[in-house]
Amino acid sequence: MTSALVFLAAEGEKENPLIPPWPELVIGLIAFVIVFGFLAKKLLPNINKVLEERREAIEGGIEKAEAAQTEAQSVLEQYKAQLAEARHEAARLRQEAQEQGATLIAEMRAEGQRQREEIIAAGHAQIQADRKAAASALRQDVGQLATQLAGKLVGESLEDHARQSRVIDRFLDELDDKATTAEATR
Amino acid sequence: MSADPTQVLAFETDCHIFDGCGFPAPGLHSFLFEPLWGNADGNGLYFNKPMLLALLGSFIIVGFFWAAFNKPKVVPGKLQMVAESGYDFIRRGVVYETIGKKEGEKYVPLVVTLFFFVWMMNLWSIIPVAQFPVTSIIAYPMVLALIVYVLWVSLTFKRHGFVGFFKNVTGYDKSLGAVLPLSMTIEFFSNLLVRPFTHAVRLFANMFAGHTLLLLFTIASWYLLNGIGFAYAGVSFVMTLIMTAFELFIQAVQAYVFVLLTCTYIQGALAENH
Repeated sequence: MTSALVFLAAEGEKENPLIPPWPELVIGLIAFVIVFGFLAKKLLPNINKVLEERREAIEGGIEKAEAAQTEAQSVLEQYKAQLAEARHEAARLRQEAQEQGATLIAEMRAEGQRQREEIIAAGHAQIQADRKAAASALRQDVGQLATQLAGKLVGESLEDHARQSRVIDRFLDELDDKATTAEATR
Repeated sequence: MSADPTQVLAFETDCHIFDGCGFPAPGLHSFLFEPLWGNADGNGLYFNKPMLLALLGSFIIVGFFWAAFNKPKVVPGKLQMVAESGYDFIRRGVVYETIGKKEGEKYVPLVVTLFFFVWMMNLWSIIPVAQFPVTSIIAYPMVLALIVYVLWVSLTFKRHGFVGFFKNVTGYDKSLGAVLPLSMTIEFFSNLLVRPFTHAVRLFANMFAGHTLLLLFTIASWYLLNGIGFAYAGVSFVMTLIMTAFELFIQAVQAYVFVLLTCTYIQGALAENH
C-alpha cells in the first residue's frame, strides 16, 4: 500500500493525462495498422467481391423473374383474348340459333296457316259440291214427288215431260231466287 | 496482491464507511498502470495493461472479420451476416452519406477499420476482467486522430494545391469583406490546430469520464457496505448496472461520432473551395 502511494505520488505529479507517452502511441499505431492491414488488404476486398456477386445474382434473379412475368403476362393476354373470342363466338352461335329458331317457327307457323287454309278451302269446296249434288238430287226428287202429287191431285198424268220439267224448273228457280234474295237481305 | 492502487480491485481494500477510512475515490491514478514489463519511470520501453488490451483488441477484430469474411459466401452464414451488416452500416450509412459513393469508396476500409477499432477499444470498458477502455488513454485516440489529420492535410494539398489548401483551410470567402482577416485567422486555428485535438479529446474525454463514473459507483458500492450504508450501497450498485448499460451505448455512439467526423473532414478536403 505504501509503495503504491509513493508510485501514485511520483506518477501523479509527472503525468498529464493529455500528454501521451510515446510507447503507447507506438502500440496504438501498431494495433491500428494490424487491423487496417488485414481489413483493407484482404478481408474487405473479399467481402466486396462476394457482395458484388450477390448483387449480380440478385439482379440476375430479378431479370429472370421479370422475364417470367412478362411471359406470364403475354400468356394471360393471349388466354384472355381467346376467352373473349370464345365468348364472342358463343354469343354469335346463340344469336344464330335464336334467329334460326325464330325463322323455323315462323316458317312452321306459315306452313300451318297454309295447311289450315287449304283444309278449310277443301272443306268449303267439298261442302259446296255436296250441297250442289244434294240440291240437284233434291230438285229431281222434289220435282218427281210434286209431279206425282200433282198427277194424283189432278187425276191425270202429266206425260208431257218437256213441259212438265219446264214448269218445275221455273218453279224451283223462283224458289231459288227467293232464297238468294232472302240470303242477301239477311 | 499488487500494491499498486490502480491494480487493486474495488473489493480488495478493507476500507468501508464508518471505519474511519476515507473514500478511495477514483481519479487520475485509476488510469495509470504499473507496467507489466519494463519500467515506465524513465523513457524506457515498457508494456502495460492498456497496451495489452489494444493489441488483444486488434487481434479480436481481425479474428472476428477473418472468421466472417475470409471465405465469404454469396448466401451468408450467421457470422458473416452480422459482420456484413456492420460493414454495410459504416459503408452506406456513414461513408456514402457524407463523402458520396464515387469519392468515398476509397476511404471505406479506413473508416470501417477506425469504427471497429475505436468501438473495440471502448468496449474493453465493460468486458469483465479487462474493464478498462483503452481509448481513455489519450495516446490511442491521438494516434487515430493524427492518422486522420495527416490524411486530411495531404488530401487537401493534393486536391487544391498550395493556395487552394490555404483557402480551404481558412475558409476564404470574398463576400465577408472587412471581417475576412479575422474569420480567416479563426478558421485557420480552428481547422489546422484545434480540430485534431478536439477530434482526439472528444473520444478520450468521453471514455475517461465514463470509466471514472463506473469506478465511482463500483467502489462506492463496496465502500458503503457497513451499517446503514448497506442501503446506499444497493443504490450505488444499481447505478453501476445502469451506468454499465449506458456506457455500452456511449461506446458505440463515440465510435460512430469519431468516424462521422473523419468522413466530414475528408469530405471537406475533397469539396470545392467555398
